[in-house]
Amino acid sequence: MASLALPLAAVGEVGEGFIQERTGQVCQQKPSHLFCWDWARENIDRYGTPTLQQLELVAISVVLGFIVAFGLALLAHRRRWLRPPLLAGTGVLYAIPSISFFLLLLPITGRSRETAIIALSAYTLQIIFRNVTVGLDNVPASAKDSARGMGMTERQVLWRVEIPLATPEIVGGLRIATVSTIAIATLAVFVHAGGLGTQIYGEANLHFPTSILISIVIVMVMAFFFDAILLTIQYFATPWRRARAS
Amino acid sequence: MAFAMLAALALAIGVSACGSSSDSSDSTASETSGEGAAIVSNPDNAKVSLTIGSKNFPEQEILGEIYTQALAAAGYKAKSDLSLGSETVAHKAVQSGAISGYPEYASTALTSFFGLEPEDVPSDAQGAYEKAKAEFEKEDLTAFPPTPFASANAVGTLKKTAEKYGLENISDLEGVSEKLSLYGSPECRQRIDCLAGLEELYGLKFKSFHPVDISLRYTVLEKGQADLSILFTTDPQLSAEKDKFVILEDDKHVFPAGNIIFVTTPKVVAKAGPDYEKTIVEVQKGLTLPVMQELDARVELEKQTPKEAAAAYLKSAGYTG
Amino acid sequence: MTVATPLFASFGGAIEFIFTPQTSNVTGGDTVGGIDQVLELALAQLEVTVLALALALLIALPAGLFFGHRGKGELVAVGLGNAGRAIPELGLIALMAAVIGVGLFNLTVALAILGIPPILVNTFVGIREVDRSTVQAARGMGMTELEIVRKVEAPMAVTSIFTGIRTATIGIVATATIAPLAGVATLGEFILGENVYGSNGVLAGAIVVAVLALVLEFSLAGLQRVLTSKGLKLKPA
Repeated sequence: MASLALPLAAVGEVGEGFIQERTGQVCQQKPSHLFCWDWARENIDRYGTPTLQQLELVAISVVLGFIVAFGLALLAHRRRWLRPPLLAGTGVLYAIPSISFFLLLLPITGRSRETAIIALSAYTLQIIFRNVTVGLDNVPASAKDSARGMGMTERQVLWRVEIPLATPEIVGGLRIATVSTIAIATLAVFVHAGGLGTQIYGEANLHFPTSILISIVIVMVMAFFFDAILLTIQYFATPWRRARAS
Repeated sequence: MAFAMLAALALAIGVSACGSSSDSSDSTASETSGEGAAIVSNPDNAKVSLTIGSKNFPEQEILGEIYTQALAAAGYKAKSDLSLGSETVAHKAVQSGAISGYPEYASTALTSFFGLEPEDVPSDAQGAYEKAKAEFEKEDLTAFPPTPFASANAVGTLKKTAEKYGLENISDLEGVSEKLSLYGSPECRQRIDCLAGLEELYGLKFKSFHPVDISLRYTVLEKGQADLSILFTTDPQLSAEKDKFVILEDDKHVFPAGNIIFVTTPKVVAKAGPDYEKTIVEVQKGLTLPVMQELDARVELEKQTPKEAAAAYLKSAGYTG
Repeated sequence: MTVATPLFASFGGAIEFIFTPQTSNVTGGDTVGGIDQVLELALAQLEVTVLALALALLIALPAGLFFGHRGKGELVAVGLGNAGRAIPELGLIALMAAVIGVGLFNLTVALAILGIPPILVNTFVGIREVDRSTVQAARGMGMTELEIVRKVEAPMAVTSIFTGIRTATIGIVATATIAPLAGVATLGEFILGENVYGSNGVLAGAIVVAVLALVLEFSLAGLQRVLTSKGLKLKPA
């Protein structure tokens, strides 16, 4: 049945009106075009998938980073000697520029999304570790003593008293980590892991301010949005602070 | 009689895959528009997966999309992997099998891969194609016949700069180029049809060379940072903004024009069957210079996606329903 | 073990790229890499970082000291710090290149914009956290407001201020990696220029950037330790 695939007619001429006369300039062409509203309105759906890709990377990375950093902080809570090495270790991961980290991991993990997630999680470790540690340190001794006095085991003291009282600091760290990660995840384009970076660096958008601006705005709005959500969670998770304030 | 019936049957089984690779083996009867659907989906192709690559600028991405969508319409499991990088990166990708094939300019292949001097590049499309194909065969690659349009690198500048220094040909830059900055892609430095050629074959020395991303080649001229910039002869900005930008005449023929030839491997050709080459050769027949410029304009000026522009082309030229 | 061998090969190739000029495994016939080129670009990245940091300090340090001392504008300062963290660096650099143009000056301004928020916030907060009674005592001793800032508040806020400077530096040096998008050649040339330098070059660029960032971070950490007065150091961490 291969003969069926032969073209039947010698088509190949574009229809009339395909080639357009371009005399005036569309907004997108003008060199001074900071933002083209019409184009933005018509093409806003382009940003859907990249935004979701970026969110996905951030969500997985922050959750992963939090679990690891929280665990490390608990580990170092009683064993003070662990703190300097852990701080130094997470500090190194924080100081290495993300784009560099992405590319260093690529030969090892070989796959783009995994690389991005590992690198982004690594970046959050120091912030979260430090904040959890400081939060736990700042729990007043009196609170712990009363709890022990009530007969709680050390583990219960930790989970029922210390961690709840450290919530503001912990959530504070989570907020900073989330906001930073949302912004940095834009670089995922350099390891082909998608995200809004594709609408800045990819698709010849480097000369197209409208697309760059839309991407920047989406990233920042996402960051503020999740910051606000976490802030709200913190507010509701610490009723005793509200009581004190009133 | 039987043949007429067969032809009528085939007509009735017109395909409208319309660029979506998800319904690749659909052969339902459907309305056809335009000149008649030329690409018919062949169910035999459904088991063949193809990955079409491209280099990293819009014209290439449009071509990549056109081929991908056309092959999908022909029943293949076709997907695109565009914007791989410069010609050397794309070349490696097809050699390693990471992609099935990609569109290359015959002139670029001859000068960049096979070390030909620009003056030895045949000026006719068929001649350049045959020479490139012969060279590709030595590396166990192959190439399909050329597109109607050709494109070349060009040295461009603002019209007022050209008037100021009296520049019409590239040779006019002699004695002037030392005062001028040139902006081009990072690989331009090494290419004989770019900076290397300007230095060696035109004997020009520039005040400075700055590597910038290809998408900024007009921005740097407009913002006044670049005196000269490497442009492409098919660029839509050249016709849309005639009063602003000019390209200098390549009087020493250092920037040979190249028609697009699709580079692939004999292995893929064998695996994919005859529809592979047939579809590609057919679908590119409509790509005359004005059409390619129109497609470039849609993507670069109007900021449509290469996918949209490719789909519009395939539809208007009657390849897809 | 099967993963390790190609892994060592790619890192080995990258290390070689750093030290020995070699014919590019991509463009062929062209010499790329080598310690001279690597150092040149690393130095360029360092220069750009220092310039931008200086500009950021010039703006953010006085502002943070002033408003921190006055105690006004906490919401603005914290908000700015938050907003600064949310700016995608790739977007900022690309926007600057597309709207204003490529070039060192524009890049420096963009990088400084990234560096101002952490320095401003941390300076502000650091000054605010200085014990008010100490400040009152100083006032009582007859110090002028400027003297109070200089001799009392700033030294006690050194830890916080320095943390801000370190954060700013990390962000600036990281963004300076993608400076080639703004027409300034830094180590990003290797990373963004696979077409020219090949995969060896990309990995080499990534390695050197990481080393540069870590060297800077450790230097600043050391400097901070030196500058923090003994009294502050005795405080529990």
